[in-house]
Amino acid sequence: MSSTTPAETVRPPSTRLGPWGWLKVNLFSSWFNSLLTLVTVGGLAWVVPRFVRWAFWNALWYTPAEACRAGGGACWSVITKNLRFILFGFYPHPEQWRPAVAMGLLLALLWYSKERTRWSKRLVWLWLVGLPVMGLLMRGGVFGLPVVETEKWSGLPLTLLLSVFGMVAAYPLGVILALGRRSRMPAVKSLCVAYIELIRGVPLISLLFMSSVMFPLFLPEGVTVNKILRALAAIILFTAAYIAEVVRGGLQAIPRGQYEAAESLGLNYVQTMRRIVLPQALKIVIPPTVGVLVSAFKDTSLVVIIGLYEILNTTKSTLSNPQWMGFSSEAYLFLALLYFLGCFSMSSYSRRLERELTPGSAGRTR
Amino acid sequence: MTQASDAPAGATRFWNDPANRALAFQAAVLAVVFAVGWYLFHNVQANLARQNIATGFGFLGREAGFEIGESPIPYSAADTYLKALWVGVLNTLRVSFIGIVLTVILGAFVGIARLSTNWLVSKLAGAYIEVLQDVPVLLQLFFWYALFNEILPSPRQALSPLPGVYLCNRGLLLPVPEGHPAYGWAAGAFVAACVLIWAVRRWAHRRQEATGKLFPTFRVGLALLVGLPVLAWWLGGAPTALSVPHLKGFNFRGGLGLSPEFAALLLGLVLYTSAFVAEIVRAGIQSVSHGQTEAAMSLGLTPGQTLNLVILPQALRVIVPPLTSQMLNLTKNSSLAVAIGFPDFVSVANTTINQTGQAIEGVLLIMVVYLMFSLSTSAFMNWYNKRIALVER
Repeated sequence: MSSTTPAETVRPPSTRLGPWGWLKVNLFSSWFNSLLTLVTVGGLAWVVPRFVRWAFWNALWYTPAEACRAGGGACWSVITKNLRFILFGFYPHPEQWRPAVAMGLLLALLWYSKERTRWSKRLVWLWLVGLPVMGLLMRGGVFGLPVVETEKWSGLPLTLLLSVFGMVAAYPLGVILALGRRSRMPAVKSLCVAYIELIRGVPLISLLFMSSVMFPLFLPEGVTVNKILRALAAIILFTAAYIAEVVRGGLQAIPRGQYEAAESLGLNYVQTMRRIVLPQALKIVIPPTVGVLVSAFKDTSLVVIIGLYEILNTTKSTLSNPQWMGFSSEAYLFLALLYFLGCFSMSSYSRRLERELTPGSAGRTR
Repeated sequence: MTQASDAPAGATRFWNDPANRALAFQAAVLAVVFAVGWYLFHNVQANLARQNIATGFGFLGREAGFEIGESPIPYSAADTYLKALWVGVLNTLRVSFIGIVLTVILGAFVGIARLSTNWLVSKLAGAYIEVLQDVPVLLQLFFWYALFNEILPSPRQALSPLPGVYLCNRGLLLPVPEGHPAYGWAAGAFVAACVLIWAVRRWAHRRQEATGKLFPTFRVGLALLVGLPVLAWWLGGAPTALSVPHLKGFNFRGGLGLSPEFAALLLGLVLYTSAFVAEIVRAGIQSVSHGQTEAAMSLGLTPGQTLNLVILPQALRVIVPPLTSQMLNLTKNSSLAVAIGFPDFVSVANTTINQTGQAIEGVLLIMVVYLMFSLSTSAFMNWYNKRIALVER
């Protein structure tokens, strides 16, 4: 036989849909879905152009308040014209580069810590040095920097300070509480259970009230602790209870065999926990832990109620200025965007971390 | 070899015995806790004595002397602090209860929309969930409250999206039926319908277990739920008079008015919490594997039966525990009312603290009341959860 004629190359059936196929499958698969699509598109067609016209087309970006009152669009000038007060609050005007540098330093540190390959002792030291340097930069009193009392700390630096220090301090406390709750010693266990359940049962506001009106009564005569530290303590105590519950979930998920193996190797309690149990348990609970940290970040806004000027409160006081009264939507939308960016980047980072830490999924694409 | 296990009793030193160590450690912890507690107590005593503040709850019987903007029960400034605080508790319960009901409905709706095969609907629901979860609830409250105050017109130019419904900077006004005894009858009939449905469900369930016959519980239940109250209303004389809000002078009279504070609080809490509930509902439904649906379909169950008999009972097991904690979160977050001036419990307690200086008692009251809310809700939900939990053989 002569050589076989090469078969006509048949292309595999297309697994990709054309744009029409995509529309048919995803938007018009049944009469109900078609109706849903039409209604949704109609609603969007009504809302989106109006919003775009208000927020961008007719918007005023950097004008005096009078121009805003005459114009019909969004008045973003309320932010641009007051940006320094919204961001830095009552921090003395000529010194505002200092919190700006401190925040830049924080962002740089966060960016640097992003990669897991850089997680080492050195990084811990970097943070332990970095955080006090930021504090010193804000406080002043060295290298000829004038002292700025903490009462003047406000705006975004205060929000970041409350969240970062709150998280950094609450995490180890929460781990200790979780270990205490799992302890076999009845006194330690019941103390931890009582603490966790008590804190989780009350709103953060009540703890903040406690820090602002009740805490001064706890101190001996003549000793005062400043308001920011007191609020920070309340946030730490509150967040720690939630972290403890999350970590407890992780501890419960570690099989008994791990504990027994560690004991049979002759490791003591501290070694067992530090070398065997916690590394596994804390890894499992990364996603819920980040959930707690995101909540803690959002909850720093509650200090408005006890009169601290974090970024929500500086915005509010800008809006109470008669000149800028009535432009709340713009200002609050701007703040919502800031918070959204913060929370969203935290949760998407946790999703990435979770993916990287799942054994066996390293090279897999999802 | 047997000699080795009979080592002299002194082989383990006293301080090397784990039991003794545990005892010593616990004693040390307790000692530290008590010492700190006693130190704080001592400081408080000294501070109170110096500032001449009387301790105790005696102030509760004194005249409050402040008005409360909205109250479900009659209250005036001449009433006692105790009554003022009670009004606060009722307001908190009112906003939490309505908020929880609306949140569960909206959350379930958005959660199901997230799972829709319709790409647009699913993405929109996803955006709703992501955005509302990531903006602090306090900011959302401020936003809605500002919207009520700034964007909405004065009562004279009130918006009227539906006839009889008005939206202005004094709040949301709705027409309500004039008071008539027939409505009392209808409410009674509604409760009776609920009891009846419960009984019918039990009976239908038993019959299904025994004979395998299905009973259209849902349809019968719906008919009872709507039919009985309507029947009672009709028998009571079928009153149709409505109290429609109308402009009189500078403000509205008649109808049911929701204050801007209440409306903003409810809106903020419901939107924020429903985003979390939607995620819970989505995860719960997704936790039931698709094979279950296919198996039910291949047994000839209708989609409604599949949902009711196969998917929901399994999904609810996953949904209920986190849902409980979201309900509690909503109740606790309702304390943010203090920031926009709705007189909830925390707000009234805060005024009380400022007027009387009884900081410790005030904060303790707040904590105890919220602990009671939390404990009773979780007790109820634990009971419910136990009922629907998987009974393994």
